[in-house]
Amino acid sequence: MRQLTEEETKVVFEKLANYIGRNISLLIDDPSNLHVFRLQKDRVYYVPEKIARLATSVARPNLMSLGTCFGKFTKTGKFKLHITALPYLAQYAKFKIWIKPNGEMPFMYGNHVLKAHVGRMSEEIPEHAGVIVYSMNDTPLGFGVSAKSTNEARNLQPTGIVAFRQADIGEYLREEDTLFA
Amino acid sequence: MGRRAKSKQGLPPTLDEFQNKSHPVESKRKRTEPSITNSSAKKVKKDPNEQKPQKHSKTIDHSKDESDIEDESDIAIETEKKSLFDDSDDGSDEDDVQDFEEIDAEEGLEDDDLGSNDEYMDSDEEDGDKPFFSDDDDIENLNAANMEALSKKLEEEEAEEAEEAQKELLEEGITQPKAHVLPSKEEEEEESSKPPDLTSIRTRMIEIVKVLENFKELAEEGISRSEYVNRLIKDITIYFGYSEFLATLLFELFSPGEAMEFFEANEIARPITIRTNTLKARRRDLAQALVNRGVNLQPIGPWTKVGLQVFDSQVPIGATPEYLAGHYILQAASSFLPVMALDPQENERVLDMAAAPGGKTTYISALMKNTGCVFANDANKSRTKSLIANIHRLGCKNTIVCNYDAREFPKVIGGFDRILLDAPCSGTGVIAKDESVKISRTEKDFVQIPHLQKQLILSAIDSVDAHSPTGGIIVYSTCSVTVAENEAVVDYALRKRPNVKLVSTDLQIGKEGFTSYRGKHFNPSISLTRRYYPHTYNVDGFYVAKFKKIASSPHDVSKAGAKEKEASAREEAIEEGIINDDFAEFNSDDDKELIEKTIKRNIKKKGINPKVINK
Repeated sequence: MRQLTEEETKVVFEKLANYIGRNISLLIDDPSNLHVFRLQKDRVYYVPEKIARLATSVARPNLMSLGTCFGKFTKTGKFKLHITALPYLAQYAKFKIWIKPNGEMPFMYGNHVLKAHVGRMSEEIPEHAGVIVYSMNDTPLGFGVSAKSTNEARNLQPTGIVAFRQADIGEYLREEDTLFA
Repeated sequence: MGRRAKSKQGLPPTLDEFQNKSHPVESKRKRTEPSITNSSAKKVKKDPNEQKPQKHSKTIDHSKDESDIEDESDIAIETEKKSLFDDSDDGSDEDDVQDFEEIDAEEGLEDDDLGSNDEYMDSDEEDGDKPFFSDDDDIENLNAANMEALSKKLEEEEAEEAEEAQKELLEEGITQPKAHVLPSKEEEEEESSKPPDLTSIRTRMIEIVKVLENFKELAEEGISRSEYVNRLIKDITIYFGYSEFLATLLFELFSPGEAMEFFEANEIARPITIRTNTLKARRRDLAQALVNRGVNLQPIGPWTKVGLQVFDSQVPIGATPEYLAGHYILQAASSFLPVMALDPQENERVLDMAAAPGGKTTYISALMKNTGCVFANDANKSRTKSLIANIHRLGCKNTIVCNYDAREFPKVIGGFDRILLDAPCSGTGVIAKDESVKISRTEKDFVQIPHLQKQLILSAIDSVDAHSPTGGIIVYSTCSVTVAENEAVVDYALRKRPNVKLVSTDLQIGKEGFTSYRGKHFNPSISLTRRYYPHTYNVDGFYVAKFKKIASSPHDVSKAGAKEKEASAREEAIEEGIINDDFAEFNSDDDKELIEKTIKRNIKKKGINPKVINK
């Protein structure tokens, strides 16, 4: 376990900025409840500083996870956000899409968000911006990238894709073997 | 005579059975009343004689059981109470009361008969009568009412049967009231050659249990208790499919009746239960959401505020959007108990030594409202995956997951406020979930597993901070019901670490742990621990003990790892082997001398010269 290098921090923050924009500062600059990013193997964890300190007593090969896993670095040095980051992304999200109950299951089986399933969505979502997907009762279900801006999406066919899925909570079941360690 | 007696007389039905039957018969009797002749009156007087003494002696027998076997006392009392209550229920029945006069009229005859039937009546009559009836005058009447019910039952039977059979029955009833339950050798051989007839085995098991519960009255003469028990255990292995070793082990934990309940409860799956994740949802909202999805559920019980019991569901309960969003987790009701006993407080540092798959860890985290720090350890790397998945799904942010042999603690890190040790165990409490336990567990397991558990519990105790302002608590739990994995381990910990004491678990349900078991005596404070059985609370078999560490010890700073601890435990086992096992080894040669000496001494005591007898 170690802190992120400057390069790594940049990659991670760039990715996060897609979804939460300037709210990143809220993630790291809360003096009453200080959180830090830590790298263990290829994964990035977001943890309260106190817990990160305690975790130093655990040897590297034996440390499986700490705090919340945000994602992992691929072998090519890119950063991939995991569904486990959803609680924080949902908390600080910039752009949101709510889907109707009939669209919940298709989304959680790994499909993109169709126009027919969209209950409502934030105004002024640009094209290809990170969006968080919620159910109508505000339960976060996953996140993705908008396929069209909000205005364009209004004129879309019901079968047209509004947002491309990147991660959804169905992965807790589908990807259990690969998602965690 | 064997077959006949079985079908005619059989085992005398219990009082309760009689009472159940008495009502339908009642009306019949009233109709036929005028036609009852002298002969039927005779039968009436016969009958109470048969039933009365048995009943009285039964109650006495219960009280004897109490003193003999502590473990059984609860049940004995329960059944006794039950029969008393049933009596009073019957008393409210007007019909019975109306018929008293007839009985009174016949009573004179009865009394005569009592005198003539001395060998059968035996002395129980005098002892039994007073204590049983003295509580309440009404009860005496009730028994009279019962008597009548019995007589009616017999009448009906006789009406159905030929008169010859009646005579035979009466004769046999006097000379041989005891039912023939055990099969003869020939029958056993015949049975073993055929595929087992489960219905007849079941009937026989029930009959043997009845005999064992009232051995003095119901046992055949010349057959020892152990013969009945052996047969019963054999039947259990055939009927339920246990290995003989495990069947014996589990049978010995309970009274025969309770053991049967236990074995039967193991055949039924426990209800599916879920725990609300209070970090993300409230139970009422969750219940409403699930009901809307077509799930039929209700709260588990008053002892938990987060549990829900699922009766049936139109959707897979482990794949609903609420499940994936982490609003609840599938968790056995019994798994709530150790965490409730642990009672973690906010801002503490807690260790879960065997955490996977994370049901208890996430519960701890939820109780601490994501503050403080929870170390979740599991020795099995592949199992940590499901642990991490559950931790993330349920949104626990204060956890550190590590993969150590738990005996490495406190070398890795010590000074915890609370530690939960849900020890790896044989799983005899969750046979309903995992049938393979029935045959896979051998005697060796019940040596090795406790061996590991003992090392783990010492590690747990050493890893706790005795001076923690809020905690200093260790909770030990297993999903096993055997004494070797529970009380024996706790007793061992108390002996080895005098700086801990047992404290009350503060759980609303559960039976007390055994303070003595088959000649072994444990620390009396073990009564503060709690046992759970599938047949009593409809949860998995479970055991929970809660320790408080009252002082630090030199072991707390020991740098011994798992290997060192294993080695020292082995040495210790060799040293203490004799004490840990039930008995010292038998040496038949030495014993022979001792036995002979004793026999001689006894003969001398009787005033006979032993040398003369030998000649």
